[in-house]
Amino acid sequence: MDMKVSKKLGLKERYTMMTRDLAWDTTFQPMDKVFPQVGYEGIKIHDWDQWEDPFRLTMDAYWKYQAEKERKLYAILDAFNQNNGHLSVTDARYMNVLKLFLGSTPPLELMAARGFSMVARQMVGAGPRVACMMQSVDEYRHFQTQIHSISNYNRFYNGMDEFAHQQSRMWYLADGKSFFDDAITAGPFEFMVAIGFAFEYVLTNILFVPFISGAAYNGDMAAMTVGFSAQSDEARHMTLGLECIKFMLEQDPDNLPIVQRWIDKWTWRGTRKLASVGMMMDYMLPKRIMSFKEAWEIYFEQNGSALFNDLARYGVKVPKCFAQTIEEKEHITHQSWIGFYMKPDACPFHTWIPAPDELDWLSEKYPNTFDKYYRPVLEHFDRQEKAGNRFNNKTQPMNCQVCVSTIKFNEPGDPMEMCFRETVYKGEKFHFCSDHCKEIFEDEPEKYVQTFISSHAALQGKCEPDGTDVNAHDYRPGARMHAYWRMDKRAAGDFNGSEDQKNFAQWRDQATKN
Amino acid sequence: MTSNAFIAFQKNEETRCIVEAIVDDNPDAVVVDQPAMVKVDVPGRLVIRRTTVEEKMGRDFDLQELQLHLITISGHLDESDDEFVLSWQS
Ligand SMILES: [Fe+2]
Ligand SMILES: [Fe+2]
Ligand SMILES: [Zn+2]
Repeated sequence: MDMKVSKKLGLKERYTMMTRDLAWDTTFQPMDKVFPQVGYEGIKIHDWDQWEDPFRLTMDAYWKYQAEKERKLYAILDAFNQNNGHLSVTDARYMNVLKLFLGSTPPLELMAARGFSMVARQMVGAGPRVACMMQSVDEYRHFQTQIHSISNYNRFYNGMDEFAHQQSRMWYLADGKSFFDDAITAGPFEFMVAIGFAFEYVLTNILFVPFISGAAYNGDMAAMTVGFSAQSDEARHMTLGLECIKFMLEQDPDNLPIVQRWIDKWTWRGTRKLASVGMMMDYMLPKRIMSFKEAWEIYFEQNGSALFNDLARYGVKVPKCFAQTIEEKEHITHQSWIGFYMKPDACPFHTWIPAPDELDWLSEKYPNTFDKYYRPVLEHFDRQEKAGNRFNNKTQPMNCQVCVSTIKFNEPGDPMEMCFRETVYKGEKFHFCSDHCKEIFEDEPEKYVQTFISSHAALQGKCEPDGTDVNAHDYRPGARMHAYWRMDKRAAGDFNGSEDQKNFAQWRDQATKN
Repeated sequence: MTSNAFIAFQKNEETRCIVEAIVDDNPDAVVVDQPAMVKVDVPGRLVIRRTTVEEKMGRDFDLQELQLHLITISGHLDESDDEFVLSWQS
C-alpha cells in the first residue's frame, strides 16, 4: 500500500499554525479581564486576527538562526581578543567611544527586554505576543553580548567598570534612561510606538548602521561584530513597530489622533537622544566615515519621509518637529561636544579639541555652520588650554524636565541664542529645552513632575555616597558627587596626558618590537 | 517622487551572491558600498528571489537565512518561501 506523503507546509501556513491555531480565548475569566492593559490608552481594536505578521519566523527557525549568529559573533570576538585586537584600533581616543556606548546602550537594551516581556503578556493577539516575546529574547542577547564584547577593553582602559552603577545616577546618561522609563510606564501601544517605531526605526538605524560601520573603519572588530549582530535583529524589530502602527490605524479611525500624538512625541524624544550618538560620529571616531548630518539625511529625512508618505493614506501627518530636526542637524553634535569638553571633571571619558585636519573635515561637512559658529569656539578653547587656562565649568547643569538633556541647544532660527522654555504647574516652575518638550509635559504633567534629574536632586541632598550625614552643620550638597557617581578620575578630563594614552602607546610599541 | 525601499547586509561571501541576485532581479537597483557593509536601494519595490540566489550560490538557499546577514531594511515586508519583498505604497 502506498503511503500518501503530504507536501511540506509553506512558510505562511506554518506561521499561521504556530500563532493563530495554537492560541485560545480564555473561558474561566473573560478576555478583557485577562488583558486589561490594551484598553487603558483609548486605542480601539475590533479584530486581532487582522494583525499581519511581517517576518514569519517560527520557533525552530528562530533558534536555529539566532544560534548561528551567536557562534559567528563569538568566533570573531575570540579571534579579536586572542590577537590583542584592542591595539589595532586607529588611536586610543577611540576607547572613549566605547565608554560612552557602554554606559548608554546595554542598559537600554535590558530595559527593552523588560518592556517587550511586559507587552508580550499584555497584547491580546497571538501574532504580536509571539513577536514581542522573540524581541524580548533578542534584547537580552544584545544587552549581554555588548557587555561581553567591551569587557575585554575593560581589562586595559579606565572608566568602564562602574557603568551599571552610573546608569541611573550620571547626569549625561539620564536622557536615555528617561526615554525608556517614559516608554515602559506608558501603556502597551504607546510603548510599541516609542520603542518599535522611534527607537528601532529612527535611532538604531543611525546607531548601528553608520556608527558601527565607522567602528569597523577604526579597526574595532569587537564593536563591529556585536553591533551588526544586534542590528540583524533590529530589522525584525522595526518591522514589528511599523506593523503595530498600521494595525492601530486600520482598526478604527478614532485611533488616528492618539497615534499621531505618540508619533509627534516619540520622534522628538528620539531626536534629542541622538545628539550624543551624532557627536560620537563627528568628534570621537578618529577615522570618520560619514557625518551625522549625512546619516540623518539618509536614515531620517529620506527613510522617515518614505514612511510618512506611506502612512499619509491613513491621515498621518509628518511629525511636528520634522522641520526643527532638519535645522538642528547642523548644530547639535557641535553643541554636545563643546558641552562635554567644558565639563572635564564630570564625565568618566576623555575629551579633546579636534586636530587641525579634523577641524577641516568638520568645516567641509558642515559648510553652513561650522566655520561660522563652532570652529572659533573650539580654537579659542585650544589656545586657552595651551596657555594653561583650560576651560572648566564646575557648576551643575540645568536640565529639561522631559528629555533630561542639559539645556544647551539653540533657539530655532537663532544659533547664537540658547533655547529655554518654562511653565508653571501647581505653583511650581518647570524648565524645558524646547517647545516640543514643553508640550509633552503639558499633555501629561502628573507623569513628568516625577522626572529624576540628578543635578536638581543633588542640591536637595539626594545624591550622596552612602554614609553622608545631610544634616551635619558643614554639609554642602553635591560636594561629593564624584564618590556618588563612583567616578574613576583617571578616566576624566583631557585625553592628552591621560593614562590610557600613555599605556596604549607603550603597549603598541611592545607589540611591534622585541 | 517614489521612495526607496532598501536593504543592507554585512559584507561577506554569502551576501556578495545575494547582492548579485538583487541586481539581476531589480534593474533600478543602486549598490552603495560602505566599510564592512553594503546597501542596495531600489525605488518603490525591492525583491529577492530564492531561485536567483540559489543560482548565484550554487546551492539550496532558504530565504530566512537572510536573517544572518541583515543589517537594516526599509519598506513594508512580505516574506514567503520564494520571495522576500520590500515595498512602499507611495
Ligand atoms: Fe536591541
Ligand atoms: Fe531592538
Ligand atoms: Zn527636552
